[in-house]
Amino acid sequence: MTPLDAPGGTVSGEEMIAEVLSAYPDKFAKRRSKHLTIARTGEGEDAPSCGVKSNVKSIPGVMTIRGCAYAGSKGVVWGPVKDMVHISHGPVGCGHYSWSQRRNYYTGTTGVDRFVTMQITSDFQERDIVFGGDKKLGIMIDEIEGLFPLNKGVTIQSECPIGLIGDDIEGVAKKKMKDTGKTIVPVRCEGFRGVSQSLGHHIANDTIRDWVLKDNANTEGGTEYDVNVIGDYNIGGDAWASRRLLEEMGLRVVAVWSGDCTLSEMEHAPKAKLNLIHCYRSMNYICRHMEETYGVPWMEFNFFGPTQIAKSLRAIAAQFDETIQKKAEEVIAKYQPMVDALLAKYKPRLEGKKVMLYVGGLRPRHVATAYDDLGMEIIATGYEFAHGDDYKRTSPYVKEGTLIYDDVTGYELDHFIQKLRPDLVGSGIKEKYATQKMGVPFRQMHSWDYSGPYHGYDGFAVFARDMDMAINSPVWKLPQAPWKAAS
Amino acid sequence: MSQLRQIAFYGKGGIGKSTTSQNTLAALVEMGQKILIVGCDPKADSTRLILNTKLQDTVLHLAAEAGSVEDLEVEDVVKIGYKGIKCTEAGGPEPGVGCAGRGVITAINFLEENGAYEDVDYVSYDVLGDVVCGGFAMPIRENKAQEIYIVMSGEMMALYAANNIAKGILKYAHSGGVRLGGLICNERRTDKELELSEALAAKLGTKLIHFVPRDNVVQHAELRRQTVIQYAPDSNQAAEYRELARKIHENSGKGVIPTPITMDELEEMLIEFGIMKSEEEQIAALEAKEEVTA
Repeated sequence: MTPLDAPGGTVSGEEMIAEVLSAYPDKFAKRRSKHLTIARTGEGEDAPSCGVKSNVKSIPGVMTIRGCAYAGSKGVVWGPVKDMVHISHGPVGCGHYSWSQRRNYYTGTTGVDRFVTMQITSDFQERDIVFGGDKKLGIMIDEIEGLFPLNKGVTIQSECPIGLIGDDIEGVAKKKMKDTGKTIVPVRCEGFRGVSQSLGHHIANDTIRDWVLKDNANTEGGTEYDVNVIGDYNIGGDAWASRRLLEEMGLRVVAVWSGDCTLSEMEHAPKAKLNLIHCYRSMNYICRHMEETYGVPWMEFNFFGPTQIAKSLRAIAAQFDETIQKKAEEVIAKYQPMVDALLAKYKPRLEGKKVMLYVGGLRPRHVATAYDDLGMEIIATGYEFAHGDDYKRTSPYVKEGTLIYDDVTGYELDHFIQKLRPDLVGSGIKEKYATQKMGVPFRQMHSWDYSGPYHGYDGFAVFARDMDMAINSPVWKLPQAPWKAAS
Repeated sequence: MSQLRQIAFYGKGGIGKSTTSQNTLAALVEMGQKILIVGCDPKADSTRLILNTKLQDTVLHLAAEAGSVEDLEVEDVVKIGYKGIKCTEAGGPEPGVGCAGRGVITAINFLEENGAYEDVDYVSYDVLGDVVCGGFAMPIRENKAQEIYIVMSGEMMALYAANNIAKGILKYAHSGGVRLGGLICNERRTDKELELSEALAAKLGTKLIHFVPRDNVVQHAELRRQTVIQYAPDSNQAAEYRELARKIHENSGKGVIPTPITMDELEEMLIEFGIMKSEEEQIAALEAKEEVTA
């Protein structure tokens, strides 16, 4: 039960949704109403249903928080692959604003054998639009070879105009692959394609299948204990915290896709015995492909918060022999004192605090249990770009009466925050300052602000500290409205 | 100087737009008009008969060499042809590459901003094929051409294209003030060509400005990279073009907002003229054929 249903509570969830929708013209109110709901358990169901309409076009005229296909490919899937140069192909804006990547940590020497935070763009001018940019692209790839001889390959991340003028980037890629002997991947992730960044993830997955694994997959060698971590982008070092646990339980991590990842890791991934997928939304496609083509099974896991970590470690261990199962128990036992100490310290400070989340395609459900572990309560959650299968997977994570919003608009989110006055909002940079100006504590749950990791036991320690820091900061006692101060 | 008049020639590819427009403009210059031709076709063949050679230095190729259009001067791209007609070609990419439509927009804006339209009576745009995208609609947008002349013939696809172009004009007629000047039929010797052209003109709410008869002298002149006006000034065909030029000159301000018709209406019209069979007739013909084979 959430405060929305509390007796004598401020407002009922259904009424609040109706109130928000009343501001729209009828046609759009009807359309948006399908994206907003209160989680309710129907007859014969075990968990509250959060079925809302998803993965459809945003309504023009209201601010959506979504990104585009280019963001999904360059920003999420390909960008973190550290030993390849990723060309932002098109006019300079998309490249400039995606410069530095997300907080995908990596080891190595930037500009020598690592290129993640660098920005390489073809900087299209009018003449490139009129006469096509293929020639320029070829020259760029040659220049990249000269400037960064240690690169292992190049990806071409298409911006909108590439698709509009019909450039043959596949032709250039094939030719340059012959010239350089390296992997060159043309990615048709033009921003106008699809309804959100989600299609960009899919397109990027498909290009890994067609331009990396198809010719260069390496299934030779390997051990009985080989796994891949798929869909961990090493935000603030997440993948390192995850890898540590898996290695401690005796598994060998062949590849992490794509945080701190190399091209070679991707090529060797098909030899693993099991794919462990964290961000299901952005990389389930390649897991299904590896299952069909190389017979690598896959399973989802969750490394947010000790309850889910222990549950996931046991589930992963169950796929292997008793040695691994025994070691998994040892790992859980080893970290238990640390967890106990953390809970003893932070739970009293955070217990009962109410949280609203609005993130991408995984965290709106995955991090929920980390908050549960701290005694906090998720009262509302939703996804930018989830599909129907994500909302199905969300049910076990939410309580009766939780507000669910899909592709929430700026207006709706503002309104919900003001109505519910949660103790914490977890969302992205665009939402951060508006929320803080309402006097509500905020954490960025895409990038972990400037912090991290949040995955694994090490990550949970950082997560608990950060949430405490945000909510219990003395700053929230200082702001006071002048008219209230006067009276 | 009289007020600048901007006209444009549109029509299905291969219909004879460039030939018709250049012959007409050569006749107009005889009437003392100062003319600028803006070729809006990547093939850059809209000024060949006036310059007696194919123009090599198109706006976009020079701009690509120099860096951008800002690096060009109007003098670099405007050449003088027959009796002082100023000629320029937008140019564009080779087939299958880049965006020629964007090129047309860039070139026209450059010419206008840099004074190419000063000290002329006429600006004439010659635009490729159908109005395939926004770029090729540039001359009918934003108060560029005031009158559009559609070159067509009695062939089904030419009629279809003419109707489509009329739709393009209608789209911009209210925002930009563009009007349909009329149809010019370039004779192909199809059945009832004159009647059909007049009927379509009537449906579109406009008139058939002129029916240009087919004459081999046009081909002879063209092989010599000349207009008929220059090659055979005393021929009947030259007189036809002079007549067309006079009619266009006198048609100033008489353009209309077209009333394009649907595909069904167009087909009905063709059936009416006995050029196309109705569905019933087609079925009857098929059945007759089947009976014979059976």
